[in-house]
Amino acid sequence: MHGCRFRAEHDHDGTRLVSAVWPGVELDWSRRISVPSTASVDPSGTVNDWHVLDNGPELAARGLSPVGTLLCVHGNPTWSYLWRGLLRAATDSPEPWRVVAVDQLDMGFSDRTGTFRRLEDRITDLHDLTGALELSGQVITVGHDWGGVISLGWATRHRSQLAGVVLTNTAIHQPQGAAIPAPLQVALNPAVHGWGTKSSSAFLRVTHALAHPPLPADVRSAYMAPYRRASRREGVANFVADIPGSPSHPSYPTLEAVAEAVRTLDVPALLLWGPRDPVFSDRYLRDLMDRLPQADVHRFEGAGHLVMEDRDTAGTILDWLAATYDDGGDDSGTRDGGIRSGLGQTTGGAHGKMSQSGAKRSASGTATDATKEFRPLWAELDRRAGDTATSVVDMVGGSGTASSLSWTQLAERVRNLSSGLAASGVKPGDRVSLLVPPGSDLTALIYACVRIGAIIVVADAGLGTKGLSRAVKGAGPKFVIGIERGLTAARLFGWPGERISAASLAPARRRLLGVTHSLAEIAARGAAERRSGGQHPEEPGPDDQAAILFTSGSTGPAKGVVYTHRQLSAMRDAVANTYGLRAGTSLVAGFAPFALLGPALGATTVTPDMDVTAPKTLTATALAEAAAAVNATAVFASPSALRNVLDTAAALANRGALEQVQVLLSAGAPIPEPLLDELTGLLPQASLHTPYGMTEALPITDIDLEGIRHARLDADSQAGAGSGAGSEAGAGSGAGSQAGAGSGAGSQAGAGSGAGSQAGAGSGAGSHAGAEGGLPTNAETDTREPGPGTGAGNGVCVGRPVSGAQIAISGLDEDAAATGALTRDPAVTGEILVSAPHVKNHYDRLWATERRSSRTRCWHRTGDVGHLDDQGRLWVEGRLGHIIPTASGVLTPVALEQAVEAVDDVGRAAVVGVGPDGAQVPVAVVETLPPADRPSLAAPALTAAVRAAAAAANPDAGISAVLVVAELPTDIRHNAKIDRAGLAGWAAEVLAGGKMTAP
Amino acid sequence: MTGADPDATNLTRDGMNILVTGASGMLGRAVAEALIARSAKLGRRDRVYTFQRGASSIEGAQDRRGSLGDPGAVERAVDGIDAVIHLAAKVSFAGEAEEFDDVNIEGTRRLLTAARQAGVSDVVFVSSPSVAHHGWSIVGDGAGPASPEHARGNYARTKAAAELLALGMDSPGFRVAAVRPHIVWGPGDTQLVERVVARAKSGRLPLLDSGAALIDTTYVDNAASAITAALNRMDHAHGRALVVTNGEPRPVGELIAGICAAGGAPTPTRHIPGWLARAAGSVIERVWTVAPGEDEPPMTRFLAEQLSTAHWFDQRQTRQVLDWTPEVSIDEGLSRLAAHYGGRASG
Repeated sequence: MHGCRFRAEHDHDGTRLVSAVWPGVELDWSRRISVPSTASVDPSGTVNDWHVLDNGPELAARGLSPVGTLLCVHGNPTWSYLWRGLLRAATDSPEPWRVVAVDQLDMGFSDRTGTFRRLEDRITDLHDLTGALELSGQVITVGHDWGGVISLGWATRHRSQLAGVVLTNTAIHQPQGAAIPAPLQVALNPAVHGWGTKSSSAFLRVTHALAHPPLPADVRSAYMAPYRRASRREGVANFVADIPGSPSHPSYPTLEAVAEAVRTLDVPALLLWGPRDPVFSDRYLRDLMDRLPQADVHRFEGAGHLVMEDRDTAGTILDWLAATYDDGGDDSGTRDGGIRSGLGQTTGGAHGKMSQSGAKRSASGTATDATKEFRPLWAELDRRAGDTATSVVDMVGGSGTASSLSWTQLAERVRNLSSGLAASGVKPGDRVSLLVPPGSDLTALIYACVRIGAIIVVADAGLGTKGLSRAVKGAGPKFVIGIERGLTAARLFGWPGERISAASLAPARRRLLGVTHSLAEIAARGAAERRSGGQHPEEPGPDDQAAILFTSGSTGPAKGVVYTHRQLSAMRDAVANTYGLRAGTSLVAGFAPFALLGPALGATTVTPDMDVTAPKTLTATALAEAAAAVNATAVFASPSALRNVLDTAAALANRGALEQVQVLLSAGAPIPEPLLDELTGLLPQASLHTPYGMTEALPITDIDLEGIRHARLDADSQAGAGSGAGSEAGAGSGAGSQAGAGSGAGSQAGAGSGAGSQAGAGSGAGSHAGAEGGLPTNAETDTREPGPGTGAGNGVCVGRPVSGAQIAISGLDEDAAATGALTRDPAVTGEILVSAPHVKNHYDRLWATERRSSRTRCWHRTGDVGHLDDQGRLWVEGRLGHIIPTASGVLTPVALEQAVEAVDDVGRAAVVGVGPDGAQVPVAVVETLPPADRPSLAAPALTAAVRAAAAAANPDAGISAVLVVAELPTDIRHNAKIDRAGLAGWAAEVLAGGKMTAP
Repeated sequence: MTGADPDATNLTRDGMNILVTGASGMLGRAVAEALIARSAKLGRRDRVYTFQRGASSIEGAQDRRGSLGDPGAVERAVDGIDAVIHLAAKVSFAGEAEEFDDVNIEGTRRLLTAARQAGVSDVVFVSSPSVAHHGWSIVGDGAGPASPEHARGNYARTKAAAELLALGMDSPGFRVAAVRPHIVWGPGDTQLVERVVARAKSGRLPLLDSGAALIDTTYVDNAASAITAALNRMDHAHGRALVVTNGEPRPVGELIAGICAAGGAPTPTRHIPGWLARAAGSVIERVWTVAPGEDEPPMTRFLAEQLSTAHWFDQRQTRQVLDWTPEVSIDEGLSRLAAHYGGRASG
C-alpha cells in the first residue's frame, strides 16, 4: 500500500470545512463532478456536486487501459474512503480495472442537499452520476451495507452494461415477520435516532469500532473527516431513517422491487462477508445466496461489518475478477507445467459462474469417473434389507450389554426416517446439522439424510464450543437434529435452523428449545407415509452435495469441506480396497469418521462403550467386549485411544476376542512406532496400519508397521551414505519417529486385500489420467527398480497412495512458495498434491481458500510439504506454513524434530524459524524429561547434543538456539499438533531479547 | 609512481603494494597476515605495509609507523601503495567528541585524500554495523545506510560519517568499499575475550536478562578473509557497505559461556535484568571498559550497550558480493580459543 497522505480541502457552504488526512488515498484519485439531478426529490434543474475517488486519471497517466469499471457504493456512515484498498489493488493489478468509488449525496465530501433522499432517489442519483461520468464498457457494481442495495438498484436498471456484482455485508430483504436487527432498532428508536445519528457522532463511532482488529487512529480519523459537525451528518440520520422496517415504509416498494429483480440477474456475483456483524448477519448472506445462486461466496471468519478493513478483500476481488473475466488468461495454474494443457477450462469464466448450491465441480475433478458405475452409500442397505444378520451394535454403559439392529431393522429405520424427514419438510439440498453422538441413531440419521439428498453437516465437539458454534453458523443449516445438549447449545448460541430432537422431550423443555419434531415422531410419520403408499423420496444424483465435514481447526478457524455423493462413495471404496473391508467384515468403530462408513461397506459395526469425543476413554476391556460382540476382524481407533487401551490392558480378563482381529487402523493423528510395537502384543494377528490424509482427502496414503520399519532402515542407511561418517544421532532418530502411516498397495497385509488394493490403484490411475498430464503414475513410479533408497529420510514416511489416489509434488521457489511444476522425482521437496475420486468437492463458502487449494486443476493442494522416494513412498516434512526459509535454502521441521527428540532427556521437540523470510535461522524448542520448571536457554551439554543431532539429520540445519520449555503449546482437538506458528512468534520475541515467559 | 621506499619501485604486474592501517590490533594483524599468506599461496609478489604508531611485529610486513593526525606520516604511508585497508580508528569510551572527529573523520579524510593523490586504486574501509543502528534489536536485517544523526555514541557517529565520506569518494579510478564486521573475536583478543574471561574468573560477570538474545559474531579469521575478499571483488563491492558475520547467530548467554569455558573460567550464573543494567548504565561499562587509545573496531562497546537485545544479520548479499563464506565455525573458533588458552573447550 502506498502511504500517500495529503491534505484535501473542500469548500462547503462558503466555509473551509475539511482539512483531512486520508492515509492510503492518492491525491489524484479525488475528483469532483457536477451532476444534473433527475431524482424526484430535487426540483428540476438542480445540479449536485459529487465527490468521487477515481483511478481513471492514474491509469491513463500510466498508459493502462482497464478491463472494465468497478462502481463502488459505500453504506452508512462511511464514504468512498472504504474502497481505497480496492483502488490501489485494481490500479496495480496486471489486468487493471478502473474504480469509481462514489460519495453518495449528503454523505462523504459530496453536496449536502438539504433534502431527505430515499432509496429510489439514491438509485436515481447513481444513475445520474454514471451518466455524467459517461461510464462506458462493462461495469461491475460493488456495494457495502445499504450501498449494496443502491448498487443492486443500479445493476438491475443497467443490464446491458452490467458484467457482475460484488456485495459485502449488506441486505436486500427483510424477511416477513422477522425482527430487524436489534442495533438498528435502537438507532431507529425516536428517542435515540436524532441524537445517535446526527446530534452526536455515536453512530459513526460505534460503526468504526466494529473493525477487527481496531482501526488505526489515522484511519478512524479519515472515516470521521466528512462528518465532524452535526450539520454534516444529516445524511447519516436520514439514511438510518430510510431503512424500511415495515411494508408501510415509503421505501419498502423500491426495496422489494430491487430484491425481486436481483433474482433475474444472471451475471457473475461475488459475496464477501464478515460474519462478526451485529446487523448484517449470516441470515442476510443466505438470503442473497438464495437470490444469486450463481454467486461465489467467501466468509472471512472472524471479520466483521467493516470486512474491507479487516481482511484483504481487495486482493480477493482482484483474484475473482481475474478468474472470472480474464478469459483463458494466465493464472498460477499455468506454472504447473503441462498439467492444464489439453484439459477443459474450468478455472476461467466457468469457475465464477458455477453454482454454489449445485455440484460445484462435478465436471472437473471427477469428470472421467462419470463413466464408472456409481454405487450410492445406501446401496448395501438396500441390498441387505432382507438380511436378519446384525448390522450395527451399540455397547452400553459399562455393563458389557449391547443394543443392536439387524440389517433389516436398520434399512427399515432409515426408510422410515427418510420418508418422515421428507414429509416434515426436509428437501434435497437442505443442510441438516447433526448434533448426535456416534452410534446407531447417528448412523441411521446419516443414511436417511443422504438418501433424500439432504446435506449433512458434521462438526464434532472436539472443535470446542466456540469452534463448533462458528462452524454451524457458517454452514447455516436449515435443520438442526440434536440431543438435548446439542439443542441447548443451538439455542444459547443462536444457531440457525429448525430444531428436531433426537430423543422425546418433555413439552416445556421442547418449547424452550424450540423443537418442532422429535425423531420418534418423524419415524412414525415416515412409517405412516409408507403404509399409505406414499412415494419414497427420489434419490439424489451422484454429483449432488452430500456432506459438509469440518477441518480440525488446529490451523485457524475450522473450514467446511463439501463432498458429493460420488466422492463419499469413492471414500468408501478407497477404505474398502485399502483395508480389505467388505460385506461380512465386522469392525469396532473407535474412530468415528471411518466408522460411519460401516453400513456402506456392508460391514457389521460396533460402537464401543466410550465417549467418542474423548478418545482416551476407550479401555482394553471395552474394546475387547465390543470386539467379542461382533467377532470383530477390524478395529478403528485413534492413537490416544490405543494408548489408553494399552495402559488398561492389565485389567483385561479375556484377550481372545482381540486375538481374532486382522486389521488395526490407527487414524486421527500420527502414531509413534513404539506404540505400534506394543500393540502387537495385544493384537498378535493384526496388521497395524495408519493412513495419512486430512478432512479434504482421507485416506491418501497408508503404511503398516512393517513398512514403517523398512522406511526407518532405509532412511538410516541413506543418512549413513549421505554423510559418509557414522551419524549416530541421525541413526538413532528413527526410534522415536512419529510415523504417520503405512505402505499402501504393495505391502498390504491382510490376505486378499493386497490384490484388491493393487487393482484399485490401477483403476484409479486410469480414471485420473486427466490429472496426470504427462506425469508417470504413482504405480509406474512404484515399479522402478528399488535403488539405494534415494529420497528415504527427512520426514515421516507415510507410505504409498491408497487405492485410486495419485500423489505429486510441487517444488518450492526461493520464497518458499510451492510454484514448481508437478513432479514425482525422488527427493524433490515441495507441497504435496493429491488427486483421487474421494478428494473433497470444494470448501464451503470459502471461495479464495478453494481457489488456492485447487489452482492446479484436478489436484488438491494439501498445504503439507514432503517428498517421494525412489520407491514411491511419501515422506511428510511438515506444513507449508511451518517451513523455514533460511539463507541457504528451505528447511523442513519434521526430520529435525525427530532427530532432536532422539536426544537423551528430550521429550517432544519443535523446530521453528525466526527472522525475516529467506534469512531465517532455525531454533529448537524442547521439552525435557523430567519437564523443566520454567522456560530457559538449554544447558551447554543439551544444546550441543541437540545441535549435533540436528546437524546429523541435515548438515544445513545450523540450529542457532536451543530453548527449553515446560510444555509445548498444542491444539485443543488432538492435543498432538504443536502450535508451531505460535511457538515461532514466542521464540522470536524471546530471542530478540524479550522476556522469557512460557510460550 | 615512485617513492622513497625502494621496494615500491619494484612493482611487478602480479604484485600489489597494500597498506593496512591499524595493524597493531587483533583484526588488523589478522588482515595483514592473511594478505601475506594469500600472496604466498598464489605465488604473487604482494607487499604488505602497516601503518600505526607502534611496531606491528608482523613477520613479512613492513611497518610505516605514524599517526593519522600527522599529514606527513600519512603521505609517506600511502606512497607507492596500490590498495589500502583502513582499520585504524579511535574506539574507546573515553575522550571528547573532538578527538573522535579528529581521528575517525578527519583521519579518514586525510588518509583517503592522500591515497587518491598517491594513485591508490582500491580502498577497503573497515566499518561497524553500529553506523546504521538506530533501533534496539536487529533481526536478520541487511546493511542499512550509515546514519551519523541516528548512530549512538561518538564512535558510531564518527564511523558513520567516515563511512559516508569514504563511500562518497568512490569512483571508477578510486574504488572504495565498506566492510562492517560484527563483534570480532578470537585468540589474542584483548577486548572481548580477555575481559569476559577475567571478569568471569573473578565472579563479576553477570548475564543480562535470560541471555537468550541472538547475537551474530565474527571469528577473527573470517573477518580477515572477508576483508581480503573485498579487495579481490572490488568490481562488485565498490560503492557498497557490507555487514560481515559468521552467519551463526547464537544466544548471547551461550556465547559468553562458550568463551568462559574456552578460557577456563566458570560460566556466569548471575542474571540481572537488562533494563536495570541499562538504567544503571555504568554496570556494563565497568565490565567492558576499553583502555583508551586502542585502534580497534569497538565490538566491546557495541556489545555491552545492547547485550540484552538481538543483533543478527542477513548475510546473503554479503556472501554473494564477496563470493565468500566463513571458514571457521563458531564451535571451531571456540576450540581454537581453548587451545590458545591451553584449556579445554567444553561441550
